[in-house]
Amino acid sequence: MTSNISNIPSSRFKGKIITDKLAGQISRVEELAYILKIKDVMSTSLKTLTPQATMQDVINVLRDYRISGVLIVDNEKLVGLVSTEDLIRCLEKNDKFASVKSYMSTQLTTVNSFDFLTEALKLFTRTGFGRLPVLDENKMLVGIITKYDVTYGLLRALEHEYHEEEVRRYRASHLFEDIESNRTSLVLRYDIKQNDFIHGGEASSQIKRALTRLGASNQLSRRVGIAVYEAEMNLIIHTIHGGSIHVEIEPNQISVYVWDDGPGIEDIEQALKPGFSTATQEIRNLGFGAGMGLNNILRCADEFKITSELGKGTHLVIKFFLKHEDKVGEGYSQNKE
Amino acid sequence: MTLDQIIKTLELRLLTKSADFANQKPLSGYVSDMLSCVMAGAKKRCIWVTLQAHNNIVAVASLLELTAIIITEGAQPDEETIQKANKEGVTLLSTPHNSFYIVGKLWEMGLRDK
Repeated sequence: MTSNISNIPSSRFKGKIITDKLAGQISRVEELAYILKIKDVMSTSLKTLTPQATMQDVINVLRDYRISGVLIVDNEKLVGLVSTEDLIRCLEKNDKFASVKSYMSTQLTTVNSFDFLTEALKLFTRTGFGRLPVLDENKMLVGIITKYDVTYGLLRALEHEYHEEEVRRYRASHLFEDIESNRTSLVLRYDIKQNDFIHGGEASSQIKRALTRLGASNQLSRRVGIAVYEAEMNLIIHTIHGGSIHVEIEPNQISVYVWDDGPGIEDIEQALKPGFSTATQEIRNLGFGAGMGLNNILRCADEFKITSELGKGTHLVIKFFLKHEDKVGEGYSQNKE
Repeated sequence: MTLDQIIKTLELRLLTKSADFANQKPLSGYVSDMLSCVMAGAKKRCIWVTLQAHNNIVAVASLLELTAIIITEGAQPDEETIQKANKEGVTLLSTPHNSFYIVGKLWEMGLRDK
């Protein structure tokens, strides 16, 4: 992928080549090539001629519109393309009043408007062509895509995403500032299903992301993320019916509440010992049951309370107290290590 | 040392999509197959060597912001796991060698557990 992108001249740095290294630095570009469709970036204002036109008409169009190829269309069907190379052949023979039919290329490589951008990139690299006609589901001509369109489309998408994330972060990090109450908090609720290893870790990842958006330091969101992950996995591994996690975010503290309705822990002191686990061999084979879960929570949290009753269930309260620079949702700067 | 160099030197197979590995510099290494130990011990921008290949390693790596996971002894994560890794931006690498060999090689290249 990187090498494909390396040949695309950028609109902003016209004439220069985006090197592999440069392309690498914007590796989101590679992802975007799999997200954006060709129709999202192609040019739709087409300059076309009919097969009845002459090569002199081609010269006029190329000059007037400063383009380097003209599509030949007959009754809305794409029938050929006259490129600069074709025009040179014609001029060599001093034959500019000939019909475009005698010089146009008819073996055309086209792309589909509904394909991902990466398909166009592959074709540009493989064929060395500078432009590809775009056809829709019904094989009708709907546009043309050049390397320039690709670059411009990607830059536009990148800029848009960057702006969106900035706005999201800015709004979130000022969330609590303008809301007046005696005590304002934001509560995130997650239901965790028993034995749902497929989604294991999703709640903790989402909580971590939310905290980062709210302006929490990386260190704080990592600590909360680890603690919630262990609680989440415990619900998946050890409970009968799963359970729920509530995360209450306030400017100066984060409280995590975890509930389940059984089976409950027989001996909490023993459960807190590093290395103690009741996990089955099957669970251990997956890498769980190291007997470190509750310990990890204890290690990450500022305050940790666990209550449990056999046959009733277990309840965890995990608290994080935020120091001045950690405060969330009040417009403190992001990206602190 | 860059992730790019590690992939080339250890002849690792890339399971997830390509990224700018030449600019990713892992700071340390960690080896364990127990996820909670990894949660406790692996640092940010670390390379984690394990023979676990199931779905949950992605959640662990993403939470801890690890640079990459090297899955040893040819263990093969399923397609869903790979997709999840791509979505979360986690790099999965595979090798037929065992964890001992890979960790030895990483140490030889200068990676430490600091």
